[in-house]
Amino acid sequence: MAEKKLMKGNEALAEGAVRAGCRFFAGYPITPQNEIPEYMSWRLPQAGGAFVQSESEVSAINMVYGAAATGVRCMTSSSSPGMSLKQEGISYAAGADLPIFIGNVMRGGPGLGNIAGAQGDYWQATRGGGHGDYRSFVMAPNGVSEMANFPHKCYEVSFKYRIPSMVLADGIIGQMMEPVEFTNPEIDPKTLVEPDWALGTNKDRAKRIVKSYDLREGYLEVMVNERVKRYKQIEASETMYEEKMMDDAEIAIVAYGTSARVSVAAMKLAREKGLKVGLFRPITLWPFPKARLVELSKRIKKFLVVEMSLGQMVEDVQLSLNGRSEVHLHAKPGASVMTADEVYKTMDAIVKKGAKEYAAVK
Amino acid sequence: MYQGIRISGFGGQGVISAGVLLAQAGMMEGKEVSFFPSYGAEMRGGTANCSVVVASDEVSTPIVSTPDTAIVLNEPSLVKFEPTVRPGGLLIVNSSLVNSKPTRTDIKVLYVPCNQVAGELGNGKVMNMVALGAFAAATGAISVDAIARALPKVYKKLKPEVIELNVKALRRGAEFKLN
Repeated sequence: MAEKKLMKGNEALAEGAVRAGCRFFAGYPITPQNEIPEYMSWRLPQAGGAFVQSESEVSAINMVYGAAATGVRCMTSSSSPGMSLKQEGISYAAGADLPIFIGNVMRGGPGLGNIAGAQGDYWQATRGGGHGDYRSFVMAPNGVSEMANFPHKCYEVSFKYRIPSMVLADGIIGQMMEPVEFTNPEIDPKTLVEPDWALGTNKDRAKRIVKSYDLREGYLEVMVNERVKRYKQIEASETMYEEKMMDDAEIAIVAYGTSARVSVAAMKLAREKGLKVGLFRPITLWPFPKARLVELSKRIKKFLVVEMSLGQMVEDVQLSLNGRSEVHLHAKPGASVMTADEVYKTMDAIVKKGAKEYAAVK
Repeated sequence: MYQGIRISGFGGQGVISAGVLLAQAGMMEGKEVSFFPSYGAEMRGGTANCSVVVASDEVSTPIVSTPDTAIVLNEPSLVKFEPTVRPGGLLIVNSSLVNSKPTRTDIKVLYVPCNQVAGELGNGKVMNMVALGAFAAATGAISVDAIARALPKVYKKLKPEVIELNVKALRRGAEFKLN
């Protein structure tokens, strides 16, 4: 076993990306993700790559668009308000089938919000965020180790299916330190095969074009439908989730990121008091683990979604279950973190009163 | 075993450094650990605090809202964190800078004149180590030796004599005992 290292979530994400072959980063500072560009600024030159602190989020995402068009493993990162600025570029990358990799370390919103950790960008990340019909592959880490090891998977999926990918973390995961072990083999980008669509200076091959538009009548529909096939493949083969104490569970908490960690503590509290609670943690937010939830609903009749938002993922749970089981919500908006005790109380109330919805909005 | 710690003081007192060091020491002792800083508009002279968890099981949330131990290095920190300590928990007060007395009777209080001790050792900067030494001895959550071993891991550029001074400060801090 490799020696564990104490690292910040943001640093682990940056190091994880470099080890997964990232050799170009462009970004613009914003709290609480500043350690990512800071780390990249010295680490990428060391690895033979390039770091650019751009003049804006918009230029950063478009630099990454350019880098990805040449087949390079690249990355940009930001936090919520900055991510809003990048949406046009992400839509263009999705339209041009470019494998860009994005880190979003969410903070309070809407607007400038605050700098504390939040989960209010779920819709933006999983619904596209920019204009047009598209998807991004979205992974939600629950700690520093997953920050370190998820970039590897993101690049793999991004390049295999030609789709933007994202690690959607929150400020707490970004700022906290934990022991980390990098579990993936380190990738030397020189050993990677150049994709057959990548632009370059080679004059001895057929012309290649990277673009997100086709003005000929009917052609865009063909282009989008071809992309949808890949989306279906991703849904079928790349969906990830984790289950804890689900075997005998009568209530399942559904939570990701920091909310999932708090939920583990709430689950233990509830178990001590005799409530049979389990945890279902979506690891990919898109594709969302719908099929498994449907399977679980055959024996679990009560689901409680725990989120640091007004309630966004709860809609995916409702869509997945489609009325098969009760869906409750413990919402904590405004960039604050629910406590295990609060979540336990909500569970207790659901069991006792069978009430439909609990929003902890104060 | 679970020990949730909150360390708080002025920016520049080594609050964040002390927290990272505790987490590193806990990790080196084979425990589950987490560290979470207050971040953002922190600056020298402003306030800073951090949460550290050292536990035998996986750490659920890294934010310690009801600490088993709070280490307060300045007056505003006492006001802010005394009410949050778990009943039966420990409050370590830097009596060199904190003039007020804690009012709660359901917690243990350990007074350590951190600045004074650090001054006696010849470098006021090691006052945070005096506090950590006192914490280690009073709680047994982490050993002074583990913190000493963690020092060169966290601060790779420190000269050996500076490390030695920090270790001295840790050991002096460990001499302060609860009544």
